[in-house]
Amino acid sequence: MLNIEKLNKSYGTNKALTDLDLEVKKGVIFGLLGPNGAGKTTLIRIINQIIDGDSGQIYLNGETLAPKHISQIGYLPEERGLYKKMKVWDQMLYFARLKGLSQIDAKSKIKFWLEKLEMSTWRDKKIEDLSKGMAQKVQFISTIIHNPPLLILDEPFSGFDPMNAEIIKNEILELKGNGTTVILSTHRMESVELLCDQVAMINRSRKILDGTIKEVKSSYRPEVFSITIDQNKQPIPAEWAAKQEDSSYHFTLPLSGKTPNQLLHELMEYGEIAQFREVIPSMEEIFIQQVKSTENG
Amino acid sequence: MDKIWLVIQREYLARVMKKSFLLVTLLTPLIFPAIMGIFVWIAVEEKDNQSLRIIEVIDDNDLFFLESSEQYAFSFSNLQEEEAKELVQNGERFGFLHIPNFDLKDPKGITYYGEENPSMNLISYLENNLKKKIEEQRLFESGIDPKIINEVRTKISIKSITLDDQGTETVSDATVNYAIGFLAGILIYMFIFIYGNQIMQGVIEEKSSRIVEILVSSLKPFQLMMGKILGIAAVGLTQLVIWIVLIGTLTTVVTGFLGMQMPQQQAMQMANADLGQSMSNSDIGEILQVLSGINVTEIVLCFVFYFLGGYLLYGALFAGIGSAVDAPSDAQQFMLPVTIPLIVAYMGLFVFVLNDPNSTTSFWLSIVPLTSPIAMMGRVSYGVPGLELALSMGLLILGFLGTTWLAGKIYRIGILMHGTKPTYKTLWKWIKTNN
Repeated sequence: MLNIEKLNKSYGTNKALTDLDLEVKKGVIFGLLGPNGAGKTTLIRIINQIIDGDSGQIYLNGETLAPKHISQIGYLPEERGLYKKMKVWDQMLYFARLKGLSQIDAKSKIKFWLEKLEMSTWRDKKIEDLSKGMAQKVQFISTIIHNPPLLILDEPFSGFDPMNAEIIKNEILELKGNGTTVILSTHRMESVELLCDQVAMINRSRKILDGTIKEVKSSYRPEVFSITIDQNKQPIPAEWAAKQEDSSYHFTLPLSGKTPNQLLHELMEYGEIAQFREVIPSMEEIFIQQVKSTENG
Repeated sequence: MDKIWLVIQREYLARVMKKSFLLVTLLTPLIFPAIMGIFVWIAVEEKDNQSLRIIEVIDDNDLFFLESSEQYAFSFSNLQEEEAKELVQNGERFGFLHIPNFDLKDPKGITYYGEENPSMNLISYLENNLKKKIEEQRLFESGIDPKIINEVRTKISIKSITLDDQGTETVSDATVNYAIGFLAGILIYMFIFIYGNQIMQGVIEEKSSRIVEILVSSLKPFQLMMGKILGIAAVGLTQLVIWIVLIGTLTTVVTGFLGMQMPQQQAMQMANADLGQSMSNSDIGEILQVLSGINVTEIVLCFVFYFLGGYLLYGALFAGIGSAVDAPSDAQQFMLPVTIPLIVAYMGLFVFVLNDPNSTTSFWLSIVPLTSPIAMMGRVSYGVPGLELALSMGLLILGFLGTTWLAGKIYRIGILMHGTKPTYKTLWKWIKTNN
């Protein structure tokens, strides 16, 4: 769907993107992660052709990215707004027409979406009379109104209450089911784990991580096990820093070159194993760990 | 191109459909006549209600007799200076004029005492009156009868005719030309300021409400900027056309109304058939002749051209400034380079162009693109050589292209910049950036 090769962009002496490669496959939800100022917004703006990269190639469905592709991309920026004095209907019509829809097409699409999200009664309300969540829904519809095969959502859930966030989440999943490719940029790691098939992490203008959630997680297994032992036969070594709770001891141990079975075998010396579980890092932990390690390195 | 058209439509409708637009458009043509009406009414009222102001006069020469007017009466009661001053102090007299003994060739020492500071009006009234009296006295002393003086007083007015290359004669009148240049210049000046500001506000609104990032993912920043400038121009033109139609209708209605009362008046005039009346009739005829002699088509075409050209040139600059800042209050620092040439043009129109349309200063003011939209209108009504007009127009088009190019460069970067207050240096950096 989207291929980026050796993309560079700098502002004066500041590097915003360095030799960035990215491949987003069709029909996936692609998580774009990274701390503030990492270069995400720059990347998204370049894909949207708001700004140009200094060097590198971008291909959309095999074609070099060009102004004609504007109608194939839907973009919900993190900082977004609507014309406060404009009515919901007029606003959507304007955005849809700017994306290249004909008047008739645009009107029937708007009608469809207003009905789907149960917003038909708002069509003649001005944006300034809507609640923040309502306005966000209008914004979301405006983004997807032209059925873009590529959807770029920057923090799509900010401003929504949990109810509406759920509605939007389901819409995103439904769009994915219809073959839409979604690039999701967010800081909310729980929605990344929930929604994304694939992720890439950017820090300090460089890509530091890339792959499916499973791949990322397994490659960042710290090989540490969380262990609970009841009834000690032998005293638990003090360097394990076990926490005692009645007769149970909780602690974590790294494999340190052993296989899990070997470790388990050793532990059986100390007592009854109540729990032996590999510690799998959350995306959040991987995120923090990765950012820290690149900051230090 | 389609997208610019969509932006134009939105910008136009968003403004024209507002109630305030309708209100301003309908009320403005009524406001000026209304203000004038109020002034006239107040002046009439004041005159009616004003009590006669009595001024005590002591003339040591025993030579001058000042005639009383509607506002001032002069009393000669042969009082002493001290007595007269007392009268002023206790309010029985409005003022006291002391004319000491003096040589007629060198009148000095005339003094006015008043309880309040005398108005310019009163002082010049007294001065003119005394001057006339002294002059008459001196003429009389040199043996000329005042009657003769009155007889030889003449009123003249010069009829001016413009000769063009073909030898066609056109009656012209500097006053009419002045009025046309004055009105056209002021109109363009106001239009640039009011609508230029609207452009700037609009850009700042889009930027600060963050709509702009969504917009520029659908169309080029330049399209967005031009759409806004042109859409607002259309709003201004709509307003202008409505005003012209409205004023035209009002004038027709008013003159129609007066026309109905005409027969009565004419009958009275014919009965009186006095000389002065026929004089002023020929004056009116002359003004009509002057008006018909003016090349209306040329003036209207020039007006539309400079109106739009000036607006587009400055509109682009206003858009550029709006894009660079986060809030209208930050815009102040960049307004100076835009306001100064506009004010120079405006002042130049009054100081140089209207008084002497063919001077060197007037020429340059009407050629340089930043000032020409306002200054040239002051010259057009007097007639401008075709070559100069073509040069000025050509430069204005170049100027407009130049400012649009400049503003476009600032705009496409400025609209995405938040939080930092730009300086002239950063603007310059944006202009130099290539993508």
